Amino acid sequence: MVPGPTACDACLRRTLLVDLLAPYIERIAMDRRGRSAPELLSLGDEKLARAAGGEKGLAFLRRASATPARELRRLLTDSGVWACCRHHHAYPPRLRDSREAPALLTGVGDHGRLGALAGEPVATVVGSRRASSYGRGAARELGQLLAASEVIVVSGMALGIDAKAHRGALDGAGLTVAVLGGGPETSYPPRQARLHGEICEAGLVLSEALPGASSWRWRFPARNRIMAALGGVTVVVEAAAHSGSLITAGMAADLGRTVGAVPGPINSWLSAGTNNLLADGALVVRGAEDVLDALLGPGRRAPNTGAALEPGLRAVLERVERGERTPDAVATDGGAGAAEAAAALARLELMGYVRSDASGRYERTLLSEPEASRP
Amino acid sequence: MLAAVRTFAILGVEALPVAVEADVSRGLPGFAIVGLPDAAVRESRERVRSALSNCGFEFPLRRITANLAPADLRKAGPGFDLAIAAALLAASGQIPVASLERLALAGELALDGSIRPVPGALPMAEAARQAGLRGIAVAARAAPEAALADGVDVLPLERLEQLAALARGQWSPAPVAAPSTNGRGPALPDLADVRGQPSLRRALEVAAAGGHSMLVTGPPGAGKTLAARRLPSILPPLDREEALEVTRVASACGRAPPPGRLCERPFRAPHHTVSAAGLVGGGNPPRPGEVTLAHRGVLMLDELAEFSRRALEALRQPLEEGRVTITRAAHSVELPCRFQLVAAANPCPCGRGTEDEDCNCSPLEVKRYRTRLSGALADRIDIALAVEQPSAEALATGPGESSAVVRDRVAEARRRQGERLGAGRVNAELEPDALNPRGELDDEAREMLAAGHARLRLSGRGNHRVLRVARTIADLAGAERVGAAHVGEALTMRRRAPD
Repeated sequence: MVPGPTACDACLRRTLLVDLLAPYIERIAMDRRGRSAPELLSLGDEKLARAAGGEKGLAFLRRASATPARELRRLLTDSGVWACCRHHHAYPPRLRDSREAPALLTGVGDHGRLGALAGEPVATVVGSRRASSYGRGAARELGQLLAASEVIVVSGMALGIDAKAHRGALDGAGLTVAVLGGGPETSYPPRQARLHGEICEAGLVLSEALPGASSWRWRFPARNRIMAALGGVTVVVEAAAHSGSLITAGMAADLGRTVGAVPGPINSWLSAGTNNLLADGALVVRGAEDVLDALLGPGRRAPNTGAALEPGLRAVLERVERGERTPDAVATDGGAGAAEAAAALARLELMGYVRSDASGRYERTLLSEPEASRP
Repeated sequence: MLAAVRTFAILGVEALPVAVEADVSRGLPGFAIVGLPDAAVRESRERVRSALSNCGFEFPLRRITANLAPADLRKAGPGFDLAIAAALLAASGQIPVASLERLALAGELALDGSIRPVPGALPMAEAARQAGLRGIAVAARAAPEAALADGVDVLPLERLEQLAALARGQWSPAPVAAPSTNGRGPALPDLADVRGQPSLRRALEVAAAGGHSMLVTGPPGAGKTLAARRLPSILPPLDREEALEVTRVASACGRAPPPGRLCERPFRAPHHTVSAAGLVGGGNPPRPGEVTLAHRGVLMLDELAEFSRRALEALRQPLEEGRVTITRAAHSVELPCRFQLVAAANPCPCGRGTEDEDCNCSPLEVKRYRTRLSGALADRIDIALAVEQPSAEALATGPGESSAVVRDRVAEARRRQGERLGAGRVNAELEPDALNPRGELDDEAREMLAAGHARLRLSGRGNHRVLRVARTIADLAGAERVGAAHVGEALTMRRRAPD
């Protein structure tokens, strides 16, 4: 048995019932006129069974009730997954706020970290799978700076923004929590297996499905409600006009949580959704400070300043701040030779003031300079 | 009557001795060539017949057998014409055979009896010397390249009649003098044409100084190809030994440079549709590929991501070992290929770069494209550089430093490397344990490397590549030890993982 918090028989059976009904829920939830998955999941066992599958659904309900809980516990143990039901004290209290909260959380990773989800500030960072380099960079930086300020970063491990937010949080040596649609022991998408492994090591992977459950489409809006409920603030980094991450933002708003969005270029369709959120009054996230202000109150944050800069490096940094992105531009603009400009950029990168992308372009990070070195 | 003369067959870039025996005997008139001849060798019957008649010799109307020994080596090409004709003339008693005994013959016959050059004159001349022969007779046009081989007489022949006169002792050509391997040929494209791109110029200089392979990414029109073509002009000229190696390869492929340009480094830029065999060599009998033709020079792969995976995979051994081995059932051939690699690629599939508004590449496509770039030869590229289209003002500035100025700095840096590593060796060949970080780096540089390791997620190999490049930068600066500024600059030239 994987040691961990326990789950009561009723909650285990409820989870089994949802897994059994998954294809039926898919049919209804994917129909425009049908009820949404979170809506269905808020129903009681019998109503859910009837709504999803009619008579067949009730047969599944009988089957789930007849399944010995022992068997389900063995399934969990064999897969190396622990479970925590909503009657257990370790169940994240923020999840209980939600009417649609799952009966059971399954998870991989040190379950002791569930306690942190109750006590520490939590930010949910989401966004498109198809993301621009601007969005990916912003997600990674937010993840890193939030994690470094001891904020737990929750996301969905999808490609693009989600993955970068997790990656940043791992870089920032903080706790990060991935919420998956399918079983928590399997990486979804499979390509993120390495990230999945690292999060299992250093953070938590959560789900409301039993091990081995497949990722039906309705699972994603369903897991979004968990992400929205876990976060004190939900930040959408980059989202197109009808992106799924806007659903998460809507759910967070329904729960009365702060919703933030990172402003994007007005001519990029990838940022249309986030810019719309801002127009609707979402918190403007210009950097980790804005999220920290929302979570902890204005002005309270872990110090996020770098080492002092000598004048030569400052001059180069200012040029990067003005938008010069290549060593060439920095060199010709300021008259410094290519070699010196390159060396200065490398030094700034090592200090964390700038970073370079895959093709070697440099940009400013959010790391601020110590007050003393400002003239 | 029986007669034998000597010639050579080319296998890879080596010349193997071949004896041509001719027998003229009674029987039905006929002419047979045996000893695994290919179609070109078999057709030599017709060329020899016509050349003999047109030069006033008699073509014996008897049973003629020509044997090319060793009989188990495949013979290809028209290079045996001259030897077959000579053996036939000797066997039919028209010329004395004794004077040809210590001579090798190589040439293709025209129908009028004039002699055309064949590939491989230089390796053949060297093989003749090794076989202890007095000299080698080749077509007059191939004579200068053959004369590069010391210790063997090169006899230039224009026509078949001259061979007969030579055999009878009636005529002897003046031996050809070896062309000079010094000096430079016509001016190469000059680095001064690269304007307003200081870091591209700088990276070329560092690559030239340390022999580092290099990848340049940037949109079309950013001057990637223009710059790469100028790399040979800042490399030091070939020394005599290297010039011989290069000419040997070129000669074996039938493309020896004209005498004035012997010390020029080869520059090869195969198209991206090249096959693996075309790139590293192959076929049966094995023929040298582009890597061998680029020996001691520059191999440029433009549009790196478009090359087939197979072709790029095949480059690994040549890059690591400086030679390719091609093994066929009958024989195995080793070809030299110490070249410097310069690759160029677009930043994304459409070429505009993701920063451009018109770039429609989806992030996934870009990621896949970049992964392909980083997968290809990832371990072997020391310097990676992104370039932008130069601005109008930058283009309007005057020409940059000329190649000659940069070449002097490169030569000085190479001299320093030679002193430290042994003559002719460069930093790009440094093994991980050959660089002693304690001895050669100052404290600040060591700290910087450690920080790079922690913050930039440099792998062990990546770290070593940065160190190698930093060593070259320090050599260019004339510094004994590698300092922080050198490491810093090397860090900006590192390869980055696709994000």
